[in-house]
Amino acid sequence: MNLTDLGLGPARRALGRREFSARELTLAHLAAIEALNPRLNAFLLVTAEEALAAAEAADAALARGEGGPLAGIPLAIKDIFCTKGVRTTAASRILEPFVPPYESTVTANLRRDGAIFLGKTNLDEFAMGSSTTNSAYGSTENPWKRRQDPAARLVPGGSSGGSAAAVAARLAIGATGTDTGGSIRQPASFCGITGLKPTYGRCSRYGVIAFASSLDHPGPMARSVEDCAILLCSMAGHDSRDSTSVDVPVPDYAAACNKGIRGLRIGVPREYRVDGMPAEIEEMWRSGLAWLEDAGATVHDVSLPHTKYGLPTYYIVAPAEASSNLARYDGVRYGLRVPGEDLIDLYEETRGAGFGAEVKRRILIGTYVLSAGYYDAYYLKAQKIRALILRDFTDAFAEVDALLAPTAPSAAFAEGEKTEDPVTMYLNDVFTVPADLAGVPAISVPAGLDADGLPLGLQVIGRPFGEETMIAVAAQLERAASFTALPALRAGSPAI
Amino acid sequence: MSYHIEGRDGPWEIVVGMEVHAQIISNAKLFSGAATAFGAPPNSQVSLVDAAFPGMLPVINRECVAQAVLSGLGLNAAINLRSRFDRKNYFYADLPAGYQISQYQEPLVGKGALSIELADGSTREIGITRLHIEQDAGKSLHDQHPSKSYIDLNRAGVALMEIVSEPDIRSPEEAGLYLRKLRTILRYLGTCDGNMEEGSLRADVNVSVRRPGEGLRTRCEVKNVNSVRFVMQAIEAEAHRQVEVWEAGGEVLQETRLFDPARGATRSMRSKEEAHDYRYFPDPDLVPLTLDPAWIEELRSALPELPDAKKARFMAEYGLSAYDASQLVAEAPTADYFETLAKGRRAKAVANLMLGDIQAALNRLGQSFAATPTFPSEAVGALLDMIEDGTINGRIAKEVIEEMEASGEGPRAVVARKGLCQVTDTAAIEEAVTAVLARESAKVAEYRAGKEKLFGYFVGQVMKAMGGKGNPALVNETLKKRLA
Repeated sequence: MNLTDLGLGPARRALGRREFSARELTLAHLAAIEALNPRLNAFLLVTAEEALAAAEAADAALARGEGGPLAGIPLAIKDIFCTKGVRTTAASRILEPFVPPYESTVTANLRRDGAIFLGKTNLDEFAMGSSTTNSAYGSTENPWKRRQDPAARLVPGGSSGGSAAAVAARLAIGATGTDTGGSIRQPASFCGITGLKPTYGRCSRYGVIAFASSLDHPGPMARSVEDCAILLCSMAGHDSRDSTSVDVPVPDYAAACNKGIRGLRIGVPREYRVDGMPAEIEEMWRSGLAWLEDAGATVHDVSLPHTKYGLPTYYIVAPAEASSNLARYDGVRYGLRVPGEDLIDLYEETRGAGFGAEVKRRILIGTYVLSAGYYDAYYLKAQKIRALILRDFTDAFAEVDALLAPTAPSAAFAEGEKTEDPVTMYLNDVFTVPADLAGVPAISVPAGLDADGLPLGLQVIGRPFGEETMIAVAAQLERAASFTALPALRAGSPAI
Repeated sequence: MSYHIEGRDGPWEIVVGMEVHAQIISNAKLFSGAATAFGAPPNSQVSLVDAAFPGMLPVINRECVAQAVLSGLGLNAAINLRSRFDRKNYFYADLPAGYQISQYQEPLVGKGALSIELADGSTREIGITRLHIEQDAGKSLHDQHPSKSYIDLNRAGVALMEIVSEPDIRSPEEAGLYLRKLRTILRYLGTCDGNMEEGSLRADVNVSVRRPGEGLRTRCEVKNVNSVRFVMQAIEAEAHRQVEVWEAGGEVLQETRLFDPARGATRSMRSKEEAHDYRYFPDPDLVPLTLDPAWIEELRSALPELPDAKKARFMAEYGLSAYDASQLVAEAPTADYFETLAKGRRAKAVANLMLGDIQAALNRLGQSFAATPTFPSEAVGALLDMIEDGTINGRIAKEVIEEMEASGEGPRAVVARKGLCQVTDTAAIEEAVTAVLARESAKVAEYRAGKEKLFGYFVGQVMKAMGGKGNPALVNETLKKRLA
């Protein structure tokens, strides 16, 4: 048995029975990272020593019959979660020398429950991107290969591409991600894994480096719906240090996997049928609906009339918030400082050298849309449309219990294929952005392969704080899809 | 007659509105748990939130909101049950996040009013436009090193109230009275210590001038004036400058100016074109602030008696003049001191002594009624009692006060040590009167011939002969009898 093939559920059952130790499990993953990461660049930092120390502590706890629900489970942490004493960069030069003296609430919750952190994963700088090519520390390679063109270096999606690639290639059992415009679900879809974006306010943003505060959703990524549900149980919860955190109880999300979906009403948002969508995605969507009907759900056409405004709204709101959130990187207190003649020069030199092109682009857009004379036409209008998009979902959820749609309009593309034109790149987020704007939960599940043998995901969108129903539907989808394909590059694979 | 500036061709009226930044008295900052003590070593009161570390988030401090609501209630203002925080974006080295969290569109407190009492005894209402809460910035120190600037973030994130008045102020005097009154109210409420030297209270003054009856002309903002006197001087100087500009055929341009107290003039800081575009937008890290009306009522019921009400009560209850009552209520501790002493004593006598000789002595000592080791209320009470029971007279009291000031002794000890008890022995008074009248026989004749104003002279001579210790009433009575 290859320990790196185990999912979270099986691994923790085996650890509980002492079939192997947390140390062995951790070592297996560290070895896989050592073998594959030089090629994939999924991890920006591997914390082997800390991981082994945590594994020993987990073993001691397990030996006493103790240990939290994640005792001994090796995870990868997106390098946008601040980890105490461990370098955190947001994949930006501007934070290259930054070691936070504090721990994000989500990672603290995972540690509390016994998880082991293998290291920090790559992302688009400050989570701005859909390809993980916007990292200051090199792009991450998708472990999946096109059947016809195995030499092409595909992107893992983004921005949580490092986490997605690590989980897909079996370098970690699960990972954390953040979803601002699709940054958990789209890379999950591209890498053939499951990614869950919870309701806004479900997981604390404390200690998560901000991209766009009103849109940033921390969430889990793993190789099954159940694994994501287990991770979410640990990550979620009210946090008084985040004013937007919501105080509602955390149910047993894993139990929801077996709830069944008989009688549930599944909505098909007609506006998600966009021109130029590949036939195989259309086909997979139809299959998904059929699987849910077979399990006793009913399928209903619904309308989310403002969907087409989702992307433009997102690309006003997110850069606006980002332009303000990133103002703190000024070279004065921490991170990169490039000396200047005076204060303005210090700012210009530091920020000029510290930020990459996409980050600069979004700061410029955000500054523009908030400027006097443009605010009403852009930012204010976007806020109004955002309210209408939320109303679309509220109206739809009066009729149905969950929505089913494709996660992304395509499978993984190769580096350079879409990266030239930012707008083409932004179109990747067309199906994921609305749920972020509305703050409703959504989960991407691998549901099939395209003609090139690349994974495609379907997403289930739920009611606010309706994660359990959403998980029940996703689990049913997962059972019916029985997605067993494996990426070419993975721990122990012959390709390496 | 209302205040005018006499121009070359006729009078000008001035129009002034004020924006006052008042530091909220609280144990912790507005959005972080860091402490707020003044004078702590640099950067010793800074949390990760204040220093805007990545991933740090603001959480509103309930205590600061309560203080701001109390202030709003004290200004008879409407409290908004829903308000919102906005980010004011600009880059500066002492602004760690690159934005200040403030309230722009939806302030915590709406319209209110404050009344000021002019020198002629009339009162005027000055409208309050709004009160909102916001963070203070840190401090840049440019004079500590030849080529470097130092940053102290102790103040960064401290809670401020910005209190904006309507442009209702019409003279430098009114501006001074407004600021004083506002400070008095905030001090009564315990929401701001009002200390302008430490920067706990800072004023921005908007000034414009116009011909009587005209609409508003362009205003200029004079920033960060840090004393009542400077506020009055700055308005005067800026108004005169504007009159000169208009009368020379020029145009006053909207701009931000600074007051230079040494030159007694304002100078341009930045023009409208150079004004920052603050790119205000709702802070996505914070949810709108919603208040429970019951909580507001709870705060309202805990409001102390405010200066206007106290003044009215002092006039009604103690029969004080409007002037004396105003003086006594200007500071809550002074009013308390008065009320302690007035119990069982003649209020007018208490007020006279407090506002006269005692106040003068306190000024010399640099003490106040709030905390005076030299003149505790018990000591002044004893002094008043000695005057009342005839042990000493008013003139001796003045001497006793001077002696208390110099030696720190209590009044009874001073009187005993210096033998200052007043003479009420009629025989001794008779003796002194006899001696004076004998010596001044010529003047006595003049008096008897009808020059009655000489009576005061005789009183003075008798008192002088008795070393000031004669009981004035008995001296008068005896003289009247003997001269009849």
